[in-house]
Parts: sequence; C-alpha cells; structure tokens
Amino acid sequence: MSRQANRGTESKKMSSELFTLTYGALVTQLCKDYENDEDVNKQLDKILFSDFLPRGYNIGVRLIEDFLARSNVGRCHDFRETADVIAKVAFKMYLGITPSITNWSPAGDEFSLILENNPLVDFVELPDNHSSLIYSNLLCGVLRGALEMVQMAVEAKFVQDTLKGDGVTEIRMRFIRRIEDNLPAGEE
Amino acid sequence: SSGRCWYHRARGWRMAGAVPFVFLHAEMVAELGARDTDTDPGPGGQKRSLEGTGFRVGQALGEREELDALKFLCKDLWVAVFQKQVDGLCTNHQGTYVLQDNSFPLLIPMALGLQYLEEAPKFLAFTFGLLRGALRTLGFESLVTSSVATLPACKFQVVIRKS
Repeated sequence: MSRQANRGTESKKMSSELFTLTYGALVTQLCKDYENDEDVNKQLDKILFSDFLPRGYNIGVRLIEDFLARSNVGRCHDFRETADVIAKVAFKMYLGITPSITNWSPAGDEFSLILENNPLVDFVELPDNHSSLIYSNLLCGVLRGALEMVQMAVEAKFVQDTLKGDGVTEIRMRFIRRIEDNLPAGEE
Repeated sequence: SSGRCWYHRARGWRMAGAVPFVFLHAEMVAELGARDTDTDPGPGGQKRSLEGTGFRVGQALGEREELDALKFLCKDLWVAVFQKQVDGLCTNHQGTYVLQDNSFPLLIPMALGLQYLEEAPKFLAFTFGLLRGALRTLGFESLVTSSVATLPACKFQVVIRKS
C-alpha cells in the first residue's frame, strides 16, 4: 500500500543512489580483489588514478550526448557560462545536487566547484590505511571527457575532500585550451 | 550501429539519474569483465568481481527494503493503531532495530512511574504480535522484545531473522 506509493516518488532518488552504491561496491570489490596483495594502497591508487580516470573520461564522453539531448543547453560562450551549466544544470540533473562556484582566477580560466554533500561518498567510510585514495576521482574523468566533446580541454582535480576530513569537497577546474581542429567533416 | 542502438535503449530508462549508472556499468564490464574471464574460478567456485559487485549492491538495497518496512511500522502502522507515530527508530544496520515510544498509548492508563512496572509486559505482548505479523506479511521473519524503564515510555527491539 503506502510502500508502493513511496517507491514511486522515491524512484528518482533511487536511480542516482544506484550509481552511488554501485561505485562504492566497485571500489570495495577492488579492495577485496587485492586483499592479499602486499601493496593494496599502491594498487588502488593506480586504479583510481590510471584506470578510473580514463573510465570516468569514457563515461563523460557518452554522458555529454545524453546531457545535450535532455537539457537544450546551447554552446557556452565563455568558461563562466560553462561553470554555471555544469553546476546548476548537469550536477543537478545527474546527481541531484547543485555545487557552488567559487575562487575564480583573475584570468577567468580557473574556478572551484564546492560540493557540500558529495553524493558519491554516501555510505562511504575510508579505512585509515586507504586515506590517500581520491575516492571520487571518477568525477574528474567524467568532467574532462564531457567537456572535451564540446571542444574544451580542461583539467579537473580534487583539492579538498570531506572523506579525508576537509570541511567541504572541492574540485578545481582549469581551462587549458579550446580544441579547434578535430571536428568531423559536416558537423558544426 | 549497434552501439547507438544500445545507447538509445538505455535512454528508455528516461530518468536522468539512471544514466550515470548505465555508463558506469558499461565501464565496470570493461574493467572487471576481462579480469573475471582471466581468473579461473577456484575450487568451490570463487566469486567473480562483477558478480561480487552486484552482490554488494543487492545487499545494500535489500537492507533498505528492510528499513522501509520498519519505517512503515513506525509511521503508517503506528498511526493506524495508536493515532501517533513512534518517537524514535534506531538501527545497528545489521538487522536489529529499536522503536522508541515515549508515551506508549497502551501504558498511559497505568499510573505514571514505577508502580505497575511488573504488569507492563502483559500490556506489550499484543503489540509484539502486531509488529511480527506486519513484518511477516512484508516478507520478514522477526523476533520482538521490549524494555520498559519508566511508564509510559517503552522500547521495542525488533531483530530481523536472516534465513
């Protein structure tokens, strides 16, 4: 009866939680896979840096197509507009949160996304011996991959992380260059 | 191409929230799928990583079903029977839940204080059954006990039995 009704209204929340839970389970599984390895931390660092960053990148490359189709957002004219779209439209749409935008560099080519609640870390507690992990590094890959598809080369990295005891989670975004030449023929 | 076809089918999920999961899943299959086929399952069928990951998520979602059931008892069932909600719900996340009612209606007619404390359990047995019966209908076998410190406050402890 009312459980059924609850399920309907909560299914939206549920589907983004599925992502969160699955990502957590994936990292846990990898920890378990390497439990007999003497160098668990090194392995996990390698996975989150060298393996997961491209994985996130792949996700971003696909996600941007879905995003543009859903959002009707047009081409951004500058990095500030890009920041707004990322924080207020994209994060909202896929993770249900709206990070705040701060710490603009004077040149306007760098800003920070502050996530008060990073949904990716719900239900996560890093053990002491894994405190060097950049658990949410996948997100940086997603941001890079998605923006590259709209001709922007950026660097994204975590500079603060609540999982490590920082007050907030901060992703630093840096505009590197506009990608001009590799457009496929016939497309704008 | 088949890639595109798959993509559009995934979009049939419609809600934006589901999309990151679909893409993450594809990456997991790429990352862990190869490893799973590389490693021979050990004697007795060692768990593969992809299956292990799904198992963990299933466990977490199952736990939430359980929590949903307990919330249903605390809100809807309690309101239907006692015209109020339970005042507090605690859990150790391992199948044990404590429902705290600061003024349990069936104890209110008894004098406030410790005078009738010995009689109190008789006034709770029916409610044990109520909780266990509702949980069984929702698919959970349970064991219910209680403690009364000061009338009319009481705590019901519900332990979900894992089969």
